[in-house]
Amino acid sequence: MTKQTQTAVKKPTAVDENADVAIEIIGMNKWFGDFHVLRDIDLKVMKGERIVIAGPSGSGKSTLIRCINRLEEHQQGQIIVDGTELTSDIKKIDEVRREVGMVFQHFNLFPHLSILENCTLAPIWVRGVPKAEAEETAMHYLERVKIPEQALKYPGQLSGGQQQRVAIARSLCMNPQIMLFDEPTSALDPEMIKEVLDVMVSLAEDGMTMLVVTHEMGFARQVANQVVFMDQGQIVEQNNPEDFFSNPQHERTKEFLSQILH
Amino acid sequence: MAKNNLAYVRTEIVPESPAPNLSKGILGWMKNNLFSSISNTIMTILGALFLMWVLPPIYGFLFGNAVWPGEGVTVEDCRAKGAGACWAYIDDRMTFFIYGFFPKDAYWVTQEGFIASIMQYWRVNAVFAVGTLLIVPLMWPDLKYKLLNSILFFVVYPVFVFYMLTGGVFGLEEVPTVKWGGLTVTLIIGLVGIVVSLPLGIILALGRQSKMPIIKSFCIMFIEVWRAVPLITVLFMASVMLPLFMPVGMTIDKLLRALVGVSLFSAAYMAEVVRGGLQALPKGQSEAAASLGLNYWKSMGFIILPQALKHVIPGIVNSFIALFKDTSLVAIVGIFDLLRATQIANLNLDWASKNQAISGYIFAAAIFWLFCFGMSRYSIMMERRLDTGHKN
Ligand SMILES: Nc1ncnc2c1ncn2[C@@H]1O[C@H](COP(=O)(O)OP(=O)(O)O)[C@@H](O)[C@H]1O
Ligand SMILES: [Mg+2]
Repeated sequence: MTKQTQTAVKKPTAVDENADVAIEIIGMNKWFGDFHVLRDIDLKVMKGERIVIAGPSGSGKSTLIRCINRLEEHQQGQIIVDGTELTSDIKKIDEVRREVGMVFQHFNLFPHLSILENCTLAPIWVRGVPKAEAEETAMHYLERVKIPEQALKYPGQLSGGQQQRVAIARSLCMNPQIMLFDEPTSALDPEMIKEVLDVMVSLAEDGMTMLVVTHEMGFARQVANQVVFMDQGQIVEQNNPEDFFSNPQHERTKEFLSQILH
Repeated sequence: MAKNNLAYVRTEIVPESPAPNLSKGILGWMKNNLFSSISNTIMTILGALFLMWVLPPIYGFLFGNAVWPGEGVTVEDCRAKGAGACWAYIDDRMTFFIYGFFPKDAYWVTQEGFIASIMQYWRVNAVFAVGTLLIVPLMWPDLKYKLLNSILFFVVYPVFVFYMLTGGVFGLEEVPTVKWGGLTVTLIIGLVGIVVSLPLGIILALGRQSKMPIIKSFCIMFIEVWRAVPLITVLFMASVMLPLFMPVGMTIDKLLRALVGVSLFSAAYMAEVVRGGLQALPKGQSEAAASLGLNYWKSMGFIILPQALKHVIPGIVNSFIALFKDTSLVAIVGIFDLLRATQIANLNLDWASKNQAISGYIFAAAIFWLFCFGMSRYSIMMERRLDTGHKN
């Protein structure tokens, strides 16, 4: 274990010096009971950067990004999101959550609300946006994810790919500064993966700060500034996509890439 | 096709065709359901014979030979040989079944230019009428102004009922609760129990899941204590024990004590029903709500509770029905509900006849059935309406 940490390669890529920091994680540790799930995590994400997080199942990828909007609580170290440090202060947590959107593997749309209501609920009740304006914004983002015609349907009537696109639109309606994606295409049938990835690519092109846990390496090559590889709760290697894929340094990375890329 | 059977390319599309019609009319249905096999046929015949044996006497008792109210119908008709249910007695005592010993009140009407006073149960009737006027639109799904309607029903109406029935203001004669009775009391206890137990049960269920240890253990204790005690015990405690602990001279109305007892008792049950619904929801729902910035109460109010409660509508209504029927237990501590009113009326010698008591009980049972069946149907309708398709 110590050996792994020593040999871990951390090579942050150069970013625009003027760009502000979106997320900064310093010396963060987390335990589930006695289980040390995240160990000494250091990660800095600049505004507009796209980070892809990869790694074997159970390596702590979900836990890491869930800590960023405090769906999980960390016990040691600091997480600073958009200048706000996450502590048990509920006000700060709410502040961060308003600025950070999240897309889940299983969509987690609200099944008792229509698509439009899914998208307008938080803007109306969290941001206090008037209903008509919230609906206008919602329709704008539903058009952006290419399903405005489904606005009055319920989530149960949509395909998986459509539901995930609604979930993205729902997050965007809160006008977030940062978007977190936890394996957004893992629960989808193969023919639906592309429609979701296309939406994510277009978000990236617009300069959204994104943290994406995914096994879609094509997506990583296409849009990521950096790829972070995790194993056993640690960041094992971090690099720009070209070097990460063509010249992996750590044993575990090589092994993982050989399995995933064939 | 060529000799190689593995390669196959479809050349034409199979057109859509209607599903085969297996049940052709009523005969087909009977063939499929009643006479599909020899044993099934035997069961059908036996069943039919059984019905032919029991139905005619039941029909005769309830309708054919029953004594219906009308001109010149007296207790002698009910005493006649072969007479069925004595509905004339029910009709004659109807006001007693509904109002108990509530006094008739004078109210003033103009009659051809004069003002005259009429003795009537108008106060109770007004309570019934206003209640119906408020509750029907409240439960009618598509109507608007639900907020106003709820405020009127849950806040204004109880005050109205209180002053209307107890009186002592605006020149209304004061009527102590011991004089209230019959269906009026049954409905009051049932409705108060329902209206109080659901929100209280929700709060207890949420408290039970709270991260704050004091709140959590209080809710668990409350629920477990009330659930572990029979309702009769609760009522006895409330009516016999409680006064012993009260300072001398201080009394709490007996009906009020029963109302509190019944409400808290049902709230404990309701809490567990609601908790079942909360636990059935996937964790992703509250996480999605949190990630959108909704705080605890907004997440509960907009996302979690609407779904959790929808899932447990059958359980909730089940509790409501049990509660409504359990109201008859208050008779034991001397409260004059519909069942007790029936028992008293059955002792009335004016209508003493063989079928007097059974007619009274059938009537009381029918009233209970009517309300419980109504609740059941309403819940089924709501379940269908609220169903937005597949679960997440
Ligand atoms: N709520 C939890 N309680 C206890 N252990 C958990 C919990 N959530 C995840 N874990 C464990 O933490 C580890 C990392 O989980 P996760 O972050 O979901 O991994 P990944 O997303 O990389 O597959 C796994 O071993 C998992 O079993
Ligand atoms: Mg995961």
